[in-house]
Amino acid sequence: MCGIIGVIDRGREVMDGSAIRRSLSLMNERGSGEGAGYVAYGVYPEFRDYFALHVFFDNLHETRPKVDALLHQWGRVVHDEEIPTRDTARLRKVHTPWRYFFKPDVRLMPRSTTPAEEIVTELVMRINTAIDGALVFSSGRNVGVFKAAGWPEEVADFYRIEEYEGHCWLAHNRYPTNTPGWWGGAHPFNLLDWSVVHNGEITSYGTNRRYIESFGYRCTMFTDTEVVAYLVDLLVRRHGLPAELAVTALAPPFWDEIDAMDDRRRRLHHALRLTYASAMMNGPFAIAVADQDSLVAFTDRSKLRPLVGAEAGDRLYVSSEEAAIRAMEPRLDRVFMPRAGEPIVGRCR
Amino acid sequence: MTPSIGSLPPKYRVTIDHDRCMLCGRCVVNCSYGVFRLDGDRVRTNSRVCTACHRCVAYCPRDAISIQERPLDYRTHPVWTRGVRESIYSQARTGKIVLAGMGNALDYPMIFDRLVLDACQVTNPSIDPLREPMELRTYLGKKPQRLELGTRGDGGVDLLTELAPNLCLETPIMIGHMSYGAISLNAQLAMARAVSGQGTFMGTGEGGLAEPLRPYQGHLIVQVASGRFGVDIDYLERGAAIEIKIGQGAKPGIGGHLPGEKVNALVSRTRMIPEGSDAISPAPHHDIYSIEDLAQLVRSLKEATGWKKPVFVKIAAVHNVAAIAAGIARSAADAVVVDGFRGGTGAAPRVFRDHVGIPVEAAVAAVDAKLRSQGIRNEVSVIASGGIRESTDVAKIIALGADAVYIGTAALVALGCRVCGSCYRGLCPWGIATQRQDLVDRLDPVAGGEQVGNLIHGWTLELAELMGAAGINSIESLRGNRDRLRSYMVDQALMDVLDVKSVGA
Repeated sequence: MCGIIGVIDRGREVMDGSAIRRSLSLMNERGSGEGAGYVAYGVYPEFRDYFALHVFFDNLHETRPKVDALLHQWGRVVHDEEIPTRDTARLRKVHTPWRYFFKPDVRLMPRSTTPAEEIVTELVMRINTAIDGALVFSSGRNVGVFKAAGWPEEVADFYRIEEYEGHCWLAHNRYPTNTPGWWGGAHPFNLLDWSVVHNGEITSYGTNRRYIESFGYRCTMFTDTEVVAYLVDLLVRRHGLPAELAVTALAPPFWDEIDAMDDRRRRLHHALRLTYASAMMNGPFAIAVADQDSLVAFTDRSKLRPLVGAEAGDRLYVSSEEAAIRAMEPRLDRVFMPRAGEPIVGRCR
Repeated sequence: MTPSIGSLPPKYRVTIDHDRCMLCGRCVVNCSYGVFRLDGDRVRTNSRVCTACHRCVAYCPRDAISIQERPLDYRTHPVWTRGVRESIYSQARTGKIVLAGMGNALDYPMIFDRLVLDACQVTNPSIDPLREPMELRTYLGKKPQRLELGTRGDGGVDLLTELAPNLCLETPIMIGHMSYGAISLNAQLAMARAVSGQGTFMGTGEGGLAEPLRPYQGHLIVQVASGRFGVDIDYLERGAAIEIKIGQGAKPGIGGHLPGEKVNALVSRTRMIPEGSDAISPAPHHDIYSIEDLAQLVRSLKEATGWKKPVFVKIAAVHNVAAIAAGIARSAADAVVVDGFRGGTGAAPRVFRDHVGIPVEAAVAAVDAKLRSQGIRNEVSVIASGGIRESTDVAKIIALGADAVYIGTAALVALGCRVCGSCYRGLCPWGIATQRQDLVDRLDPVAGGEQVGNLIHGWTLELAELMGAAGINSIESLRGNRDRLRSYMVDQALMDVLDVKSVGA
């Protein structure tokens, strides 16, 4: 099952976390109280030029020095602290969530056209595979993921989510079948600016993982969703595809539909399917992906998971359920259901 | 000199139930090996020449014939098996290399049968291919790593990347290269009709392209092998794709031999060799002593055909197959064919057939992993061949990383072949591996084409069902999806090569 919801304000007006907390809780039927999470864009304006690395530490004394050392080797940490939390009756601190505001030394990656991002990606992969007891779960600029094992309202209260303000939010209510109770397994998944929430199961995961790992990404979270974040990063940041075409590559039209297109579109879609055959995602899913400026949501090619969109002024909403959107904003200008594989795209002005 | 070995136990004993026999003589007519003769009111048999091809059994209207395998065996011994002893007797007599037909006959474990496929339960729905789209379309050839796009004034996007020509298959099942000469014209025609009807392709083998096959040339892959038999510009231009054959799974490292008896007038014309002469393909291509020589030949063939056709390179699966495939991927070649050690053949030295090369499952797993680790998997398609027996083998090898398969023996079996392994004798009573006109005439290309077409169609339906059960509606999501395989009783070293977990894991 799982429930997803996302909102973007195209005029970059900020919203605090209380509304999305309410609407995610409304979808508790879709979860099991074993995982929930939020991501918000624009939450660290005072550190907007620094990568905000959110890390789960199992043992502060044992593992944090290793992460500190690695970060100092690759750049400069301008500020770090424990992420403020509030212990609640039912949600205890299994890991210590920590945040670093980090600027990589771009001279260390001269061959890259996006050296800062390359360094951060490499550090995330390295910490998550090589440092036992440390897990980077958020690594973008001016963005923060807050997630844990619990019901949406518990996780929100634990992280004091109402104290954060962002112009774009994603949230996820989890019904796990894999890795229940593991904080790292909760959504959203994030890499750099990309955050992903996902409802469903990716039956092509093995193919996608082998594909993405041949580009140097390493899947470390034991779940199929992280691969989506890496695929989007590869297709959009490294290969320069516009978001709509990246979605088309991940959930392409059927060949029959491509055969019926006009010549120009057929050539393009044909080339996309051939080139990105191993990136294509199969199985039932509804996915929402966000970065600083946009929110994109789409389903599998057969729409085996629900997805609904809505608009109210500058705000664009996507969710598993219309009711959840109405819990955030009762006065909607428009509610719509995208067709299978057709993306909903919202961009900041 | 008196031979001191004497006669060996017969391989088969053919007996006739004279109560059932009605003396119709069909067995006498049908057996090209001369087992039967009509002697007054009885059909008599000479079991020693029987190959167990079952032509007589198939055509006896009264089920009066029975064939017993090994009616009299040697004293059993686990080390000195029948096969070992008979090779020695044969070589003691002749002093020659022992020839054998069909594929590897040693009792190696079958990896395919130690792998199981996955299906969906609860957490995601299985897909019913009768009700939902199910895509098996497969493109073979080079794909770009990424696309160059241009933005137009109206916000639209233009594709700037020029794609290399690809073969478009409606099912990932093709028929491999069996040459005219090794098999009959009618056998080739039947298979050509089948692949045309099913939207797929077959190989011509190294025997040139006989004129009657030209109507099907849009579905034929022409082969250039070390003997260059039948190769000219007309031949190259007729093929939908060109395949350079470096090696063959049934006999890696050695060439081919078509006995002169099989070289009749049309075979002679098609191969461009004198009638009645042996056609011997050398072991290596004498213009390819290194990888860069291969790259040159690939480019030459492309240049000659205007860069309009994909060029495949077929290699036998040998120990270093992954590195070799990576070298091929760096040439202009569009696909690498990996031919496993179970691949069939009309004739191969027994020691090669049984002892040289590796299984296709391990070879494809290694090739796919190597190409991915070097970031060049899109540079070539991978075609698996050699021992593909049923649709599950197709599903499993694609999950291990292949793009498509070639079948060989399975297609012949669909034409009636009973896998008797006597192809090199040229007397195939089923009209498949023979050039004797009366035998060839037994194989009707229309009926045969239907049978082979049925086989490919049936496998394709099964493949669609298997994919649907796994919640996959497009073949590209099965390709290399080793997570959907589990191994059952496979040792850890092989599991590491296959990169497949154990059942239960």
